[in-house]
Amino acid sequence: MIEVKDLQKSFGELQVLKGITTTIEKGERVVVIGPSGGGKSTFLRCLNLLEEPTGGKVIFEGEDLTDPNADVDMARRRIGMVFQHFNLFPHLTIMQNITLAPVHLKMKTQAQAEEEGRKLLTRIGLLDKADTYPDMLSGGQRQRIAIVRSLMMNPDVMLFDEPTSALDPEMVGEVLQLIEELAKDGMTMVIVTHEIGFARRVASRVLFIDEGIIKEENSPEKFFTEPKDPRLQDFLSKVL
Amino acid sequence: MEIINTIVRQFRSTFIIDNRYKVFLTGFKNTMLITIVAALIGIAVGTVIAVIHNIASQKQRHKNLGGTLIRLLDKLLTAYVAVMRGTPLAIQLMIWAFVLLAGKDKLTVACIAFGLNSAAYVSEVIRAGINSVDAGQMEAGRSLGLDRLTTMRKIILPQAIKNILPALCNEGIAVLKETSIVSLVAVVDLTRASDLVRSRTLLAFFPLVSVAIVYFILVAGLSSAVNRMEKRLAKSDRG
Repeated sequence: MIEVKDLQKSFGELQVLKGITTTIEKGERVVVIGPSGGGKSTFLRCLNLLEEPTGGKVIFEGEDLTDPNADVDMARRRIGMVFQHFNLFPHLTIMQNITLAPVHLKMKTQAQAEEEGRKLLTRIGLLDKADTYPDMLSGGQRQRIAIVRSLMMNPDVMLFDEPTSALDPEMVGEVLQLIEELAKDGMTMVIVTHEIGFARRVASRVLFIDEGIIKEENSPEKFFTEPKDPRLQDFLSKVL
Repeated sequence: MEIINTIVRQFRSTFIIDNRYKVFLTGFKNTMLITIVAALIGIAVGTVIAVIHNIASQKQRHKNLGGTLIRLLDKLLTAYVAVMRGTPLAIQLMIWAFVLLAGKDKLTVACIAFGLNSAAYVSEVIRAGINSVDAGQMEAGRSLGLDRLTTMRKIILPQAIKNILPALCNEGIAVLKETSIVSLVAVVDLTRASDLVRSRTLLAFFPLVSVAIVYFILVAGLSSAVNRMEKRLAKSDRG
């Protein structure tokens, strides 16, 4: 589904990604872990070109998104993204937040979008919040709405950029639970997280990104029990 | 009693005799016309300048003709803003009236001169307003597949407007007061009307104080209208 070939990204003099190659297959749940500043969020943000790679290729469903003529907006409709800080639109109600893009992009009529919106809000138990504004909600509720906003586009793959890092501890569970439900439904996803237990439960493959490269990748069982890279061993000894 | 007689005589001579109030009315009409048209031009052109700047300042992944053109356009507009802010408005007004648009209708020329000058200030106000909105908002809009312009229109500008409005109001007030130099190009505005009557009657008090009061009422009205608007925006838009 997404092929990443020798992906590089520099911010000025600082090279954050130094050549990352991997392929994300349909139905995979790839969890990315690693120390702060190691490049894992940058890697994720390059997948939908929120960051423009300075080298290498990102190929989504056969289309090279780094090609200047690629229709990135069209690809982004099919690549959902959930942010650390939710980034809901504070001037719009919850229903407007989740229906804006599909209606504006003429993927759904307003009525269709609202009907689907109500279904999804019912599923997460927040239908009664449809007409309120984001700042009336808790962090956990906001993040679940942000996930619904992405789902409204019927994406082929979803990117999660530290989806629970900005939450109070007691709200982490409800967000992780929703992500795990999506995983069970077969959603392809790439998740950057610090939640190791969650990573173990949900991942089909785990990547350790540090110093701008993939230092190790493996199935969750082997990744956490038989780490080979010394940096990963050190990292796991600190977070487990 | 003597003083009351004097006041009445001066008032009659300033406003009533020869229907001089009509001169003030003409002046008032022209002041309002120039202010409103100039403010509209300023907001329209200023917004376009700010949005072009925003697009050009983003890292351009397209190193193609379109990207180059918009960066070139942005450079020209930056120079334009510098010139508009760096030269006296009175000089700009006269350059429009006697050089660039010589012989054209002076009222139209005044609207253009004040409007294009105001646009430079408005573009800075809007630029600051756009920058005040969290960068995550643009990222969220783009990640949903919306293009930059749509995200700007539907997500960024509606949030920026709350920060823009007070500064825009101040700009409107500035335009209103600046129109008082329009007599330089022989347009009869409120200030010029008071001049005309004063030189005819040789009485200074009523013509000057009365137009000062009119300007003040207009400015106070504009301020309070924007205050109400800000309160309404604060109510409907949280965050």
